[in-house]
Amino acid sequence: MTSIAKPPVTHPSLPKNALGLTRRDYEGAMSTLCAGCGHDSVTAALVQAFWELDVPPHRAAKMSGIGCSSKTTAYFMRQSHGFNGVHGRMPSLATGANAANRGLMYIGISGDGDSLSIGMGQLSHAIRRNVNLLYVLENNGVYGLTKGQFSASADIGSTSKKGDTNDQRPIDPVLLALSLGATFVARGFSGDKAQLVPILKAGLRHNGFALIDVISPCVSFNDHVGSTKSYRYTREHYEELAPVDFVPMRREITAPEASGGAMSIAMHDGSVVRFRKTGDDYDPTNRDAAYAHVRRHQERGEIVTGLLYIDEKTQDLHALNRTTATPLVDLPYEALCPGNAALQELMAEYR
Amino acid sequence: MDPSDVSNPRYYHKVVDCQWGCPAHTNVPEYIRLIAQGRYTDSYMLNRVSNVFPGILGRTCDRPCEPACRRGRVDGKPVAICRLKRVAADLRDDIKDRLPAIPEKKNGKRVAVIGAGPASLTVANDLMPLGYQCVMYEKLPRAGGLMRYNIPAFRLPAAVLDEEVNNILDMGVDIRFNTPVQSLKALLDEGYDAVFVGSGAPKGKELDIPGRWDTDQVHIGIEWLGSVHFGHIEKIEPRVLIIGVGNTAMDCCRTSKRLGGTDVKVIARRSRPYFKASPWELEDAEEEGIEIVENHAPKRFVVENGTLVGMEFEQLEWTEVDGRQKSKVIGTTIIPCDTVILAIGQDNAFPWIERDIGLAFDPKWDMPIVDKATFQSTRPGVFFGGDAAWGPENIIWAVEHGHQAAISIHNHCQGIDVAQRPADGMNLVSAKMGMQAWSYHNDYNPSPRAQMQHEELVKRFSNVSVEVELGFTPEQTAREVQRCLNCDIETHFTSKLCIECDACVDVCPVNCLTITHDGTTEAELRGRLSAPALNPEQALYTSAALPQTGRLMVKDEDVCLHCGLCAERCPTAAWDMQKFELIRAHAGGGVA
Repeated sequence: MTSIAKPPVTHPSLPKNALGLTRRDYEGAMSTLCAGCGHDSVTAALVQAFWELDVPPHRAAKMSGIGCSSKTTAYFMRQSHGFNGVHGRMPSLATGANAANRGLMYIGISGDGDSLSIGMGQLSHAIRRNVNLLYVLENNGVYGLTKGQFSASADIGSTSKKGDTNDQRPIDPVLLALSLGATFVARGFSGDKAQLVPILKAGLRHNGFALIDVISPCVSFNDHVGSTKSYRYTREHYEELAPVDFVPMRREITAPEASGGAMSIAMHDGSVVRFRKTGDDYDPTNRDAAYAHVRRHQERGEIVTGLLYIDEKTQDLHALNRTTATPLVDLPYEALCPGNAALQELMAEYR
Repeated sequence: MDPSDVSNPRYYHKVVDCQWGCPAHTNVPEYIRLIAQGRYTDSYMLNRVSNVFPGILGRTCDRPCEPACRRGRVDGKPVAICRLKRVAADLRDDIKDRLPAIPEKKNGKRVAVIGAGPASLTVANDLMPLGYQCVMYEKLPRAGGLMRYNIPAFRLPAAVLDEEVNNILDMGVDIRFNTPVQSLKALLDEGYDAVFVGSGAPKGKELDIPGRWDTDQVHIGIEWLGSVHFGHIEKIEPRVLIIGVGNTAMDCCRTSKRLGGTDVKVIARRSRPYFKASPWELEDAEEEGIEIVENHAPKRFVVENGTLVGMEFEQLEWTEVDGRQKSKVIGTTIIPCDTVILAIGQDNAFPWIERDIGLAFDPKWDMPIVDKATFQSTRPGVFFGGDAAWGPENIIWAVEHGHQAAISIHNHCQGIDVAQRPADGMNLVSAKMGMQAWSYHNDYNPSPRAQMQHEELVKRFSNVSVEVELGFTPEQTAREVQRCLNCDIETHFTSKLCIECDACVDVCPVNCLTITHDGTTEAELRGRLSAPALNPEQALYTSAALPQTGRLMVKDEDVCLHCGLCAERCPTAAWDMQKFELIRAHAGGGVA
């Protein structure tokens, strides 16, 4: 919480994007989350990503459910569309919105409670349907809004603020998504925007469901010694995959093509995700290898971050269901509602 | 890179742009807060500690604080610092009982002070409370120096001047009016422990071109203003030319308007960006219907049958050659006039200082050699200040010279090396009063700068003493004080508490914070911040290495609003808002 709203003045050298907007133009209301909450950093990374992608704010829709994480949608792109639904049901809302108007960019913000407990069935089926949605899961391992009980993502052996130890197995959203067939799976950390922003941009441009699990420490209930989702623990056990660069479509690619182990993946809109060269020969297009890699590092107590898996060749919700290419809002009334004769014809098929 | 040393008072002082820019380092944000609280007398007294003449300066100061003001870099217009000072001076209660006590028993040291202008008065103001006996020699019948004789009453009412000057004289200064010092040697022979020369730059510059001596209708600006002050001159011919475009020229042209001048022109050699007059004085003159003519160089006075009828000028065109302005004559013109006033500068004149008394003069400029830090001449015990030291400056510089010279005189009389200056100190106290509650108003007020109300023209021209500026209304004052960004409430960072959550970086409205890896040079670091720090005049704060990653917290001080959001969003209180107070050294005080 802060006592005042952000003053409406900017730094004189603050750059503008192709739309003539500054980062400040992508902000939303003042956050009422705790001071130091990781979610506010995720918000800032989102603001940066939208600004860099020159997204017109009125062409985006922000969807969320319930929880500290779900408040995030209020804090960026104040001029965008949005829907704040009931607990765990954001994926359904996003699916419906996307089905009706495929012309907008969809951003769903959820948390480990909203996604891995009450809303896990919803999450699973949004993955299965490959809804074209950036799904940011702000993961802090606790129910912060109800004063810090362990959530479904709490690691075995991690302790609560009062000292209780968690003995139940955690649900890892990354492994879940990989096993359910998600076509874009990544893990980030709220304290590393240099990594998070390009991943968010790639996720926004991905043609399908993009899950980004973001370790986002709860500074009030899970930032102590004994926590495995604190700022310090995350930094100490951080294992970064090859850093990615996101090259948007409109920019000419002048640097030489990926060489010596680096890899480039073309997105459906012509943008490119480029993995920088690193020592190991990690292949982000191999689902089984990605799963194994994450598991192997988990055994060693390491948190693997980066763009873990990407598949640009699959079909999204609309392609799978062979829907109209035009958003319903842009269809003429006659096409959208063809009249009683057409209805009777349709009904006859079922008799 | 080395972490910024915020334990040195200079670091945070420099953040307070107005106070840093003020020659006397007036604590501007604090006095503005006191006005906001309605504590006008406290505000006045805080001013007085630094600038001695708040009522006078609140009307006449050259305001170096205002171009420096951070608000100007934020929304284009600085806080009206100077005129808020006037608010405190106008609305205060009687301050007689708050003036320093003057010891009955003197310390046995006698100081001669030459001239009764702002520098000399400041010396007396600082030394009288320490028990010195000050004997002040003034060639004219009243005290105040150029503040009285050169600044017209429509800008500075006599009552304001009298009160602030008398506050000092009434400390027991032995003032000797109508007593010009004719010989420094003779004065020194009277056995003073120290002598301060604050006699100003009293000689207006001459313009010795053809026709100058063929008419009596050419006046020297400062002498003419003095004559008007004493009532020796009460009228002027209708067509007046003022040569020169400094602040004296502005006073001359506006005074002419009040004495019968109907067609008053100010003639400048150069174009507007190079004028010496303050922009607001130019505006005020133009508001009164005075025409300012650019790029004209005087060539001759046109005198017919012993009567001045005009002046011939060369019309100039200026071009920049190798970074210097060069002029070319593109024609000549005659501008008809009845009277000319020369306001092209002032010179020092020391015919009364003997050249064989161990007081060295610079042969090139015929000016005494004066030490920049101690204000002492080459003869120990003789000090200079104000315009007498290095030529014409302004009132607020004269005041600061007076303070510094008083320190030297005190040292000299107490047997301490004059070069041994007492150090400045500081107080730094948290402004935190509770959860998101601060001891200052941290919200940003988007109001535009207040416009000073002026007396209507007809009334103004009816009498030379009618004050033009009416002061701010209570509503204007209430808004203007909230425009101040409280730059003295510093963002104080404690590296070891930081958990690098980025909350401060994300919330800062002006993107002045960055957490980044160490830099090689400041220039390199400036380029890769949240928003590039392109104003090298402003400091870059760099922290010690942060505990978790070893990176640095970097802050560009340039447009920080001091809104405190970084501290409100900080979960560990690594950022705190702390009130900085500069403790300035003065004669007989300061931090040891």
